[in-house]
Amino acid sequence: MECVFGMVGNGFSLVVADSSAVHSILVHKSNEDKIMILDSHKLMGASGEAGDRAQFTEYVQKNVALYQFRNGIPLTTAAAANFTRGELATALRKNPYMVNIILAGYDKETGPSLYYIDYIATLHKVDKAAFGYGSYFSLAMMDRHYRKDMTVEEAVDLADKCILEIRSRLVVAPPNFVIKIVDKDGAREYAWRESVKDAPVSTS
Amino acid sequence: MMKINFSGLEPTAPLQGEPSELFDGISNSPSFAIPNTTNFDGFQKEAIQMVKPAKGTTTLAFIFKGGVMVAADSRASMGGYISSQSVKKIIEINPYMLGTMAGGAADCQFWHRNLGIKCRLHELANKRRISVTGASKLLANILYSYRGMGLSVGTMIAGWDEKGPGLYYVDSEGGRLKGNRFSVGSGSPYAYGVLDNGYRYDLSVEEAAELARRAIYHATFRDGASGGVASVYHVGPDGWKKLSGDDVGELHYHYYPAEVAAVDHEMTEVPVA
Repeated sequence: MECVFGMVGNGFSLVVADSSAVHSILVHKSNEDKIMILDSHKLMGASGEAGDRAQFTEYVQKNVALYQFRNGIPLTTAAAANFTRGELATALRKNPYMVNIILAGYDKETGPSLYYIDYIATLHKVDKAAFGYGSYFSLAMMDRHYRKDMTVEEAVDLADKCILEIRSRLVVAPPNFVIKIVDKDGAREYAWRESVKDAPVSTS
Repeated sequence: MMKINFSGLEPTAPLQGEPSELFDGISNSPSFAIPNTTNFDGFQKEAIQMVKPAKGTTTLAFIFKGGVMVAADSRASMGGYISSQSVKKIIEINPYMLGTMAGGAADCQFWHRNLGIKCRLHELANKRRISVTGASKLLANILYSYRGMGLSVGTMIAGWDEKGPGLYYVDSEGGRLKGNRFSVGSGSPYAYGVLDNGYRYDLSVEEAAELARRAIYHATFRDGASGGVASVYHVGPDGWKKLSGDDVGELHYHYYPAEVAAVDHEMTEVPVA
């Protein structure tokens, strides 16, 4: 079942998400990327209903881009987080989006940051966050091993510990994960952790 | 002497609580009869299911070296009743694109036809064929806008565009997945079993067609809601082509010829005493 988590380190933020697309007992796909790159310095890891997740993250991405086009400056991570929360809050009493979001970003002024936003429009600025069944394991792992001054290598090491724990203790553990990082050089895919391999989608 | 009034028991007597112009003379406020049930929501759900055929289905599609292979069974059922053995579950959107049908037959048929119209309009407006990516997104966005309103669609959009073969899974919950191997419907776990085992990217067209046919056959064998004929389509650079349509009953004896069993007990005449 779905696992999304993230943490802030020394000069960077990191987001990890599973990559399974599940329908009841069937795994339709095991290389679905659930971390959207919002703009050059923002990552949005999302879990929840498949349709809502795809539609909502894309909606936020396009609106962040629109703001940048109109005003010539990008939204700060805090502003993007508050915008996302606002959209979830207005939708909440109409037709709620069933999505939980971990928003990571890097700003020149404030450095790296991480926001916890859930489908009932809770917004928290945190150092570490997790959603889904994997959160029970990864939160404890992060509580025990997390330090504010971790390097990228140390943080990825901790993420790997979390993934290992999820894979070994969670009945419905997803096989594959993707790790993405955002720092002063921008948001990027860092690595995949795959235990089953889907044949790559050919683009020939 | 006082008599008890039994008139309510007469078959012609007006039903209690149900206003009727025939008997009252004066019409009451407009109303209609509601089903006699304690669980109205449940009744409504059941009633909707009654008129939604093609629930049990096996459809599959996969990308391989030679393009996309698409296959499906042809049974439509309404609960336990088989309402048709000859349903076209592979819908021809245009000469280069196919859709598969699982879930509500009407929903699939209608929205695929609707998608076909939109694709043709795109072609006329832009002087080039729509990509599979674009077409699947058109459908996914429509389905997403109707989410929670009872649509039941589980479809794969397969085709060939400027970028080569394309395959997407789209459903009425708004999900849309790009991939190179999908199976949808109640028989899909069985089909996946055969498909995942026999799949290689460098399959030839003949091998791929046989794999698809075999996967559908094995799904119809185990899944009671799937059956009829196993249709196989291939989409290549020059558009789609139907390769085969075999009765799964005949396929069974083709794959597993009937063995002449040794007779254990010969029936003999019982001597009449």
